[in-house]
Amino acid sequence: MSNLLTGAEMVVRALQDQGVETIFGYPGGAVLPIYDALFHQKHIKHVLVRHEQGAAHAAEGYARSSGKAGVLLVTSGPGATNAITGLTDALMDSIPLVCITGQVPTHLIGSDAFQECDTVGITRHCTKHNYLVRHVDDLARVLHEAFYVAQNGRPGPVVIDIPKDVQFAVGAYFGPHKVEHKTYKPRLEGDPDKIAQAVEMMAAAKRPIFYTGGGVINSGVEASHLLRELVGLTGFPITSTLMGLGSYPASGEKWLGMLGMHGTFEANNAMHDCDLMVAVGARFDDRITGRLDAFSPGSKKIHVDIDPSSINKNVKIDLGIIGDCAHVLRKMVELWRARRHVASAEPLAKWWAQIDQWRARKSLSYKASKEVIKPQFAVQRLYELTKARDVYITTEVGQHQMWAAQHYHFEEPNRWMTSGGLGTMGYGLPAAIGAQLAHPDALVVDIAGEASILMNIQELSTAAQYRLPVKVFILNNEYMGMVRQWQELLHDGRYSESYSEALPDFVKLAEAYGAHGIRCSDPAQLDAAILEMIDTPRTVIFDCIVDKTENCLPMIPSGKAHNEMILPDHDAEIGSVIDAPGKMLV
Amino acid sequence: MNAPAAPLSPYSSALGKSNIEVHTLSVLVDNEPGVLARVVGLFSGRGYNIESLTVAEVAHAEHLSRITIVTTGTPEAIEQIGHQLERLVPVHKVTDLTLRGGAVERELAMIKVAGKGPERQEALRLADAFRARVVDASIESFVFELTGNVGKIDQFIELMRPIGLVEVSRTGVAAISRGPNPIG
Repeated sequence: MSNLLTGAEMVVRALQDQGVETIFGYPGGAVLPIYDALFHQKHIKHVLVRHEQGAAHAAEGYARSSGKAGVLLVTSGPGATNAITGLTDALMDSIPLVCITGQVPTHLIGSDAFQECDTVGITRHCTKHNYLVRHVDDLARVLHEAFYVAQNGRPGPVVIDIPKDVQFAVGAYFGPHKVEHKTYKPRLEGDPDKIAQAVEMMAAAKRPIFYTGGGVINSGVEASHLLRELVGLTGFPITSTLMGLGSYPASGEKWLGMLGMHGTFEANNAMHDCDLMVAVGARFDDRITGRLDAFSPGSKKIHVDIDPSSINKNVKIDLGIIGDCAHVLRKMVELWRARRHVASAEPLAKWWAQIDQWRARKSLSYKASKEVIKPQFAVQRLYELTKARDVYITTEVGQHQMWAAQHYHFEEPNRWMTSGGLGTMGYGLPAAIGAQLAHPDALVVDIAGEASILMNIQELSTAAQYRLPVKVFILNNEYMGMVRQWQELLHDGRYSESYSEALPDFVKLAEAYGAHGIRCSDPAQLDAAILEMIDTPRTVIFDCIVDKTENCLPMIPSGKAHNEMILPDHDAEIGSVIDAPGKMLV
Repeated sequence: MNAPAAPLSPYSSALGKSNIEVHTLSVLVDNEPGVLARVVGLFSGRGYNIESLTVAEVAHAEHLSRITIVTTGTPEAIEQIGHQLERLVPVHKVTDLTLRGGAVERELAMIKVAGKGPERQEALRLADAFRARVVDASIESFVFELTGNVGKIDQFIELMRPIGLVEVSRTGVAAISRGPNPIG
């Protein structure tokens, strides 16, 4: 049975019918009817952010930590354009978002009206799909379809642009039952013959490796369980991308650590020397592959992905399996058991012996200090003092992000929220707010840098308003550290504009926002200060003063292969490592 | 049209620089606002080439439009283009007609030629040889309508150039597979 509602009422009703409990937004002229509809109900909690980019990242943090779609509501013109960075971020990292934007009334579209912009035109390139709803009778269908498209197949952001007159117009509403898109029908089940072939290749492999990515996490908790089972059955080593951390536990004995530009020596060398690579829900991004023509030259490559365009995009694949990670992993586990496969024991033992030699290089080590807090040490202590808790970690972007990925260890999926593909400074604080709203009793920590945090610092006000006890743990080295590191690598240490001049006093800043501020610069005091942060039931800014010039290592320099890493014990000056073609890369 | 192939998308370089091929893709899409912009934007955003593009509704009741795109690239890049097009939500089906072999490809061109005296005679003679029709005439000009494959039209235009070619309007390539079956 349909019933008659205004367009604005339909929006709220559809959110409710889609099971949405929390949305992030900022009101404005072109969304006032929807805000009025929100005013009249109690089912959906609206979280008022301080900038629309914050709304998008908060929705991402909410989505990534809960496995549900994140929803944001913004006004036309600047409301929509401010959300663009967050939408692009969600597209790159495959995060399901539904973004509702107000638009000027239909008769004013194209007239350069106040706060008008071509929202569907601008967001066409940074969304999975978008809609401009010109008739109220299309609205119910579009709202439900948007949730379907955002969450099915490879997830992503979807924009629904609703002109103000459509929000006032009355039309028939219907619920979300039987929403099936007429063209968009992603394939979930992998081709059984190809899966069987993959399992045979795995049984015959001598130097195999699992390389997994964010797709395993997007596929749901079940996919992570199946991955663990398959790793357990086969005894193969496993590494993950930045986005894939937590799908296999960091304490697991087959875990090699993260791979890629700042991955471990053992993970990258195992990728380089393997004879069979099983890529699951990963996309062979340039941070992972390093120099492409020297990428894992001797291996056969199996690639499981729900997005057919990921297969053979950057790297030639021998066996591509299009399907959802959980579906394909389940079939692999079943087949491996049914055929009573045992991995080739002797070659596998030799392979592990080789891996143990690489592990012995201890590529994540650093020179400890009693005088100054090493950033790696700060993350290690944070990990040790929080690991027993129900904890969610977000980050900004830069050195601190990589140190967090290297030294904070994840046992479960959905516990780690970071901007991987787009690399968006300013992601971490709003994402932490989103994660905290999804998990009110959990400990949520944004591991930040002093430069990144200033990009969305206004969201401290949001945290204060909703009494969210998020912790902002700033590794303050007074530099845009990764920029400084690359300037040391590529530009003879000419630190052009990378010094964080005129920083605020973060402790006073915390107090100004009604939060609690802590500063620590003494390694001996660090544990006590971290415990104070954890025990403070309010928003906390922790200004952790760290070594200013520490480099993030190990590192595959740009233009180099997996087996050409710079290790922490590298003696020569690092400014001479990268050759001319490498300098062209990012 | 037959310009030398520009450097290809970044994706192709990663997969080796094998032969550059010309492929004709047929893309069935929902005829909804913005769908052409999505397709064209995908090509520009990812650095693919469009040699020619035609679009029109082909089934009114079903709101289906058919886009025919002639593109150039390595076989790997063209495979990638197909997959990227399939990712677009309003796209029903992408068919590489070149891979299927032997599609019929036609283009329509209108060609304006001006001149007096013996040039007019020569233009008409050549038009007759190419089976071009005269669709407009004045004392000092003709507009020819010519249908054929791209090469035939290119050749006719080259012949008209010394005679008094004024301007050309071309539709781009429309293509359909041979035999009894529809694509897909």
